[in-house]
Amino acid sequence: MGTAKKHPSQASAAEAKESTQMLTSTKLTGAEILWATLAGEGVDVVFGYPGGAILPVYDALKKFPIRHVLVRHEQGAAHMADGYARASGKVGVAVATSGPGATNLVTGIATAMLDSVPMVCITGQVSSKVLGTDAFQEVDITGITLPVTKHNYVVTRAEDVAKTVREAFLVAKSGRPGPVLVDITKDAQQGLAEFDFEAAAPRPHRPHPMLRTESASILQAAELIRNARKPVILAGHGMLQSGAGGQVRTLAERMRIPVASTLLGLGGFPASHPLSLGMMGMHGEAWVNHAIQQSDLLIACGMRFDDRVTGTLATYAPNAKKIHIEVDPAEINKNVKVDIALIGDLKEVLEALLPHLAPRDARSESPWVKEIEASKGECAVRDIKNLPDSGHLYAAHVIHDLWRATEGKAIVVTDVGQHQMWEAQYYKHDQPRTLITSGGLGTMGFALPAAIGAKIACPDKEVWVIAGDGGFQMTAAELSTAAQEELDLNIAVVNNGYLGMVRQWQEFFYEKNYQSSPLRSPDFVKLAEAHGIPGRTVKQRAEVLPAVEAARTHRGPFIINFLVEKEDSVYPMIPAGSALHEMIRRPNNPLVETGKDA
Amino acid sequence: MLHTFVALVEDKPGVLTRVASLFRRLNINIVSLTVGHSEKPGVSRMTIVCDASPTSSHRIAASLYKLENVLQVDDISQLSHVARELALIKVSATPTTRSQVFELAEVFRARIVDLAPESLMIEITGVESKIEGLIQVLNENGDRILEISRTGRMVMRRGQHTSRVLEAMRVPGLETPEELQAEEGSDNDVLMAEEAGF
Repeated sequence: MGTAKKHPSQASAAEAKESTQMLTSTKLTGAEILWATLAGEGVDVVFGYPGGAILPVYDALKKFPIRHVLVRHEQGAAHMADGYARASGKVGVAVATSGPGATNLVTGIATAMLDSVPMVCITGQVSSKVLGTDAFQEVDITGITLPVTKHNYVVTRAEDVAKTVREAFLVAKSGRPGPVLVDITKDAQQGLAEFDFEAAAPRPHRPHPMLRTESASILQAAELIRNARKPVILAGHGMLQSGAGGQVRTLAERMRIPVASTLLGLGGFPASHPLSLGMMGMHGEAWVNHAIQQSDLLIACGMRFDDRVTGTLATYAPNAKKIHIEVDPAEINKNVKVDIALIGDLKEVLEALLPHLAPRDARSESPWVKEIEASKGECAVRDIKNLPDSGHLYAAHVIHDLWRATEGKAIVVTDVGQHQMWEAQYYKHDQPRTLITSGGLGTMGFALPAAIGAKIACPDKEVWVIAGDGGFQMTAAELSTAAQEELDLNIAVVNNGYLGMVRQWQEFFYEKNYQSSPLRSPDFVKLAEAHGIPGRTVKQRAEVLPAVEAARTHRGPFIINFLVEKEDSVYPMIPAGSALHEMIRRPNNPLVETGKDA
Repeated sequence: MLHTFVALVEDKPGVLTRVASLFRRLNINIVSLTVGHSEKPGVSRMTIVCDASPTSSHRIAASLYKLENVLQVDDISQLSHVARELALIKVSATPTTRSQVFELAEVFRARIVDLAPESLMIEITGVESKIEGLIQVLNENGDRILEISRTGRMVMRRGQHTSRVLEAMRVPGLETPEELQAEEGSDNDVLMAEEAGF
C-alpha cells in the first residue's frame, strides 16, 4: 500500500488535488478520504476547532462541499453537533484536535450519550509512531471516552479511514443511537490510500441479539390494554428517535389513554391534544403524577424510568401493571420491574400491537380521562401564569408569553435548571424535535451551542435559546460563533441572579443556606453588544411581548435579558427519593415568598 | 451470587478493557476472568465469573451485548457445564519432607512439574473446590506455600449447545436464558460433585 514514505508529501498533495475529480480510482490522503467519506454519508456541516494534530484534515477541507463552523471551545462543537442531530434527526459531526481539544469534547459527548443522540466526533491524534509516549498534546481520548461513547475507534492507517468512519455512522444511528468517536493519527491523515466509498460500506449492523418481540407478548400486552381501566402512556425520547409519534397517538386515541411525557419526550405527542397530560416526574404537574400513581396500567413507550421520573421506586405506581416498549434490552427491569417487555423499535412494536386493539367506544369519554381532567382545575388556580400582574416578572410569564408570541412553533433550546423546568411546564410543544434540552446529563452551558447547531440544521425555523444566567455564562463565548455565522438566533436569558435550581434546593433542603449560589453577571446586553449583537433588558411583564417581537423581527442574533423574580421556585417539586405523589406545592400566595423587592 | 458468563468477543486491542470497564461501571466485582482463542479465527473466548445479585444476569448480558466487539454472551451459571481451573503451587519442601507432598499430589491427581533443592511445584487442574482443597491440606500439613498462580475458571457447556442451538431453545420475550436455565440446571450439583474428583 502507498504510504507517506513512498510518496513525498508535496507530490501527494498535487496528486490528491487532481484525484478529487475521480474519487474512486486514485489515491487520496487520509484527510481527503475523511471528508469524502463524510460527504458520502450526507454530511454538509461540521462543528470544529483546528489544531496541530488535525491540521492535515483542515488543509484538505477546501476541496469538499462541507461547511465548517468554527466554535470558540470544543465543548461548543460537541453541543452544536448534538443540537444539530436533535433538530434534524441526522448524525451530527464535531471535529477537534488531539489532547485538550479532544478532552474539551468530553462533556458534550457524555451529554449526547445520556440522551442517546447520534453523533460522530473526529479527533486528531499524534502520529502512530509516537503513540503512548506522552508526545505534545497527546491524550488517550479513546480511553477517556470509553464509558461515554457508544463505541470508539483509533485509526492509524489512511486505508482504514473510510471504513471506520462509515462504521461509526452506522453505529451512531443504529438501535439506540449514541455518540461515536474516531481518533485519527496524524500519519493516517497524511498517508495515501485508495478510496472507494461503496467498498468501505460496513457490514450490516448486528442487531442486539435480545432484540425481539414475541407475538405472544404482543397479545398479552393487547389484553392488558383492553382490560385496563386507568391506563397511562408514558412517552419518552424513544418516540422521537423512532418516529413513532403517529403510532402513539393512534394508540392513545383509539383506546382513550392519556399520555404523560418525559422531559425529552415533550413534543412527540402534541401538548394541545386533549389526551396530553404534560411532563411527568420531579417537576411534573400534580395531575400527571397523581394519574401515574393511581393508574392500573403504565405503557412505557421509549423511556427508561429515570429516577427524576419515578421518584422512589418502592412506591412507584403501586397498582399498575407495566408494559415496557424499549429498543435497549439493558433497560428492561433496570429500575422498574415490568410485567411485559416488548423489546424492539417503538414504531415497529406499536404497529404490531395496534391491529390487536379494537377502538374503544367513542360515544362517551372514559371515566378515567374525566377524572384526570377534573383534577386539573385545582392546579390551575395555583398556576402563577394565571395570577394578575403584580409588577413582578416571573419566568413563567416570560415563557408563557414566548409561547404565545411564537404560537408554540419555535424550536426552543434550553439550558439546565429552573428555566428548563419552567420551559417544560409553560411552553406547549406540539411538534417533535422542537424542544432540545439536556435531560440525562443535565449539562449547564448546553443551550447556546446546541441552539447554534439546531439553527444550522433548520435555518428556516425560528430558534430560541432559553438559558439561565448561570448556564449561559458557561458557554457564552459561543456568542461569537453565532455572530460570525450570522445566525438568526433569539436568546432569552432568564436572569434571577442565582444558580436558581441550586438555590431552590438550598431553600427546601438546606435551610436557605445560599452557599455559593448567588452570582453577579455582566450586563448581558452589553456583552452581546460587544459581539455586535443587539438586545434589551426586560423588567416588567408588559415589556415581554414587545421585546420578543423585537427579537423575532431582527435578522441575526438578538438577546433579551429578562430580570425575573429572584427567589421564585419551580413547583410542584418531588424531593429526590420521595414518592411521586409527595410533592411540594406552590404556596397559595406565591407573591409574598420573594426576595428583597417583595 | 456468582454468575459465570461466556462471552465470544472480537480479538482486537482494547476489547478486554471495554468488557472490564463495563463491570466496573456496573460496580460489579469480577472474581475471575480468563481469555484465550476460541474455535473461530479472530474470535476470543472469555469466561467471566462475577459476584452480583441473582436478578442482575439479564442486565449484565444485555449490557455486554451493547459493546460493539461482543459477539455472543451466555450466562451458564445454572446450566450443566464442565468447569476447570489450572493452578501452579510452589511449596517449600526439603528432600526429607518431599515424599509427603508427593502423596498429597497423588491423591488430588496433581502433578509435580518442578523440583528444586528447597521447593517443588505442583500443577493441579479441576474445579475451584478441588484446588482449594489441596491448598487447605497443604496448609494444614505445615507445608509452606511459597507461590500460587491460578487461571480462574474456564467453562464449557455439556452436550451440543452451540450458539445456534441455544438460540433456538430460547423462549419468547423477556425470558432470558436465566429462566430457561433454572429448569435445566437441576442436575447440576450432582455433576459438579462428580467433577470435583473426590
